[in-house]
Amino acid sequence: MKPITLLDTLGVALPAANVDTDQLIPARFMKEPRSVGYGQFLLYDVRHDEQGQRVSNVMLNHPMASQAEVMVSRRNFGAGSSREAAVYALVDDGFRCVVAPSFGDIFASNAVNNGLLPAVVTEEAAEQLLQALAEAPAPIVVDLEAQHIRVGELSVPFSVSAVWRTKLLNGWDDIDMTRQHLEKIDAFAAHYEQQFPWVAPVPPSAEIISRG
Amino acid sequence: MSSPKTLFDKVWQAHEVHRSDSGQSLLWVDRHFVHEGSFHAFNKLSERQLPVARPDLTFGIADHYVPTQARDLAGVADAKVRSMIEQLSHNARQHGVTLFGLEDPRQGIVHVLGPEQGLTQPGMVMVCGDSHTATHGAFGSIAFGIGASEVAHVLATQTLWQSKPKVMRITVDGQLAEGITAKDIALTWIAKLGADGARGYAIEYAGEAIRALSMEARLTLCNLSIEGGGRCGMIAPDQTTFDYLRGRPWCPKGEAFEQACAHWATLCSDPDAEFDLEVVLQADEIAPTVTWGVSPEEALPIDQYVPDPAQLGDPAKARQAQESLAYMGLAAGQKLTDITIDRVFIGSCTNARIEDLRAAAAVLAGRKSRVPGMVSPGSTLVKTQAEAEGLDRIFIDAGLEWRHSGCSMCVGMNGDLVASGERCASTTNRNFKGRQGPGARTHLMSPAMVAAAAISGRLTDVRQLASSSPRASGEPS
Repeated sequence: MKPITLLDTLGVALPAANVDTDQLIPARFMKEPRSVGYGQFLLYDVRHDEQGQRVSNVMLNHPMASQAEVMVSRRNFGAGSSREAAVYALVDDGFRCVVAPSFGDIFASNAVNNGLLPAVVTEEAAEQLLQALAEAPAPIVVDLEAQHIRVGELSVPFSVSAVWRTKLLNGWDDIDMTRQHLEKIDAFAAHYEQQFPWVAPVPPSAEIISRG
Repeated sequence: MSSPKTLFDKVWQAHEVHRSDSGQSLLWVDRHFVHEGSFHAFNKLSERQLPVARPDLTFGIADHYVPTQARDLAGVADAKVRSMIEQLSHNARQHGVTLFGLEDPRQGIVHVLGPEQGLTQPGMVMVCGDSHTATHGAFGSIAFGIGASEVAHVLATQTLWQSKPKVMRITVDGQLAEGITAKDIALTWIAKLGADGARGYAIEYAGEAIRALSMEARLTLCNLSIEGGGRCGMIAPDQTTFDYLRGRPWCPKGEAFEQACAHWATLCSDPDAEFDLEVVLQADEIAPTVTWGVSPEEALPIDQYVPDPAQLGDPAKARQAQESLAYMGLAAGQKLTDITIDRVFIGSCTNARIEDLRAAAAVLAGRKSRVPGMVSPGSTLVKTQAEAEGLDRIFIDAGLEWRHSGCSMCVGMNGDLVASGERCASTTNRNFKGRQGPGARTHLMSPAMVAAAAISGRLTDVRQLASSSPRASGEPS
């Protein structure tokens, strides 16, 4: 995973609250393999009309938005379904950071696991950033080490959990981290299964299955 | 003596394999459910050439993409949809994972099948790549949804890194009035606290009204925890729980079951346990509730009016309400019961258990639906039972379609969709924009309320329908 330290890029505004993962990638695209590139599905129904034509009044469709690596939105971003495809759509479209006052819990974990920074700012800071980006995508700097965001004269702090910050700064992957603990896991499992013997699944007999 | 603990703390501590310097816990996972959407995670495992660490604790269930008109894969027109179900079977076979596939007589929605089969038990840590995994917390488990990277991690290690959430208790005092359901409790608290009101928290539901809920109603309530932003929802196991579990196919039997019950009975919050947040609701203040907008927080009692953005005060709320009304095609100040509907859907992991179907059928019996609609039972066993009780006849006689089980029109991945611009009264969990299909307009409510809406063709207070029999009221039968 590519580490993030400082993003010096363009920011784009998505001025809406409760942008759920069903909107980030509508369900009908989820049967596609990742290899097709999920960026084309990002916020599809927000960016296209019913004939599949791009609508002009969405900032994400601005000609400069394709260069943006930072998205700014309102509260409860990424609520809803656990689909990691929502994060794939953002990442495949070139985004490396989403700034919002709050995130859906599962979305935020998924983001970090794909090197996408979920940066939490105050409601007030989000509104200021949205205003600064209201006319067009504009230069933005997200500094993960210093934990602040700059757009022109405006500078606001953001928060991210210490664990996630470390993972993002280093580009660490969970499976690698856990493999250091394999012996401890085995020892835990042995003790646990002895302590709670009934937890082991007991496959039903064929007779029970057929009786259904 | 050790300090008082919450139910959540007790289960969490029993599963903590390791705590890192940064405070993250590595948790042992007792049950891992995978469905068709888990193909991303299996692909990650293949890339690393890793085996499934504990296939005996991993269960594959086909639900999101299964056809509901037949159980025949060959009949599925969309090759990509077919391939999703085939990929799950292939991955399960390759890794030695028990599969409840399309043609299995036990097939169902993962959150209906798990409890029904007795795979879900108190005191467990359970995960699935589906946000409604919170459902299983009804048994006093810590159960939550995870993303594909985490699914791959659980497959590879049978553990998961988690930061311990805070714990909130939602207490519902008193007794629910006739016709008020778990769905109404959930929509009421989410409307009150917001769709992110429980973000960062595990929820324990407590109080007299919760204790009185059946196991199936508890599943509905915990299922919706995610819609209020909660990490998971839990209810302490009690006699209702034990009675439900006894004799389930995958449960321990005999002496082992008694041993388990003795342990499960200790899984409750200690009397002096402290919660990070306490919320108290009065049962008698909860009415049949419906959503009018595009977030579960946009919900109101059925006798209310669509809000007027101009009167909401807060500009952010006003803007959100304005956008919701535009998408939903509603006018400010409109009476909720004046909203006409185009179709109904009864199904989903929220409300497609046998009790839900009975509740809807009780309202529909001897009546006709004014709009088309679909009923998809939560599992094949629920379907069989409903047919044995004659519920299928009631739905069919009312003019609704009786389908096979699956996620169906809750998420529309299998092709069951609400057409653009159509308004659907649904027993599902999400009224998000486009959730039931691009441009679809969804109103969430309980199964009985959906049945009432079907009969009148508009949003309706089921309590008014229940008081008059179809004959006495002179309605067309």
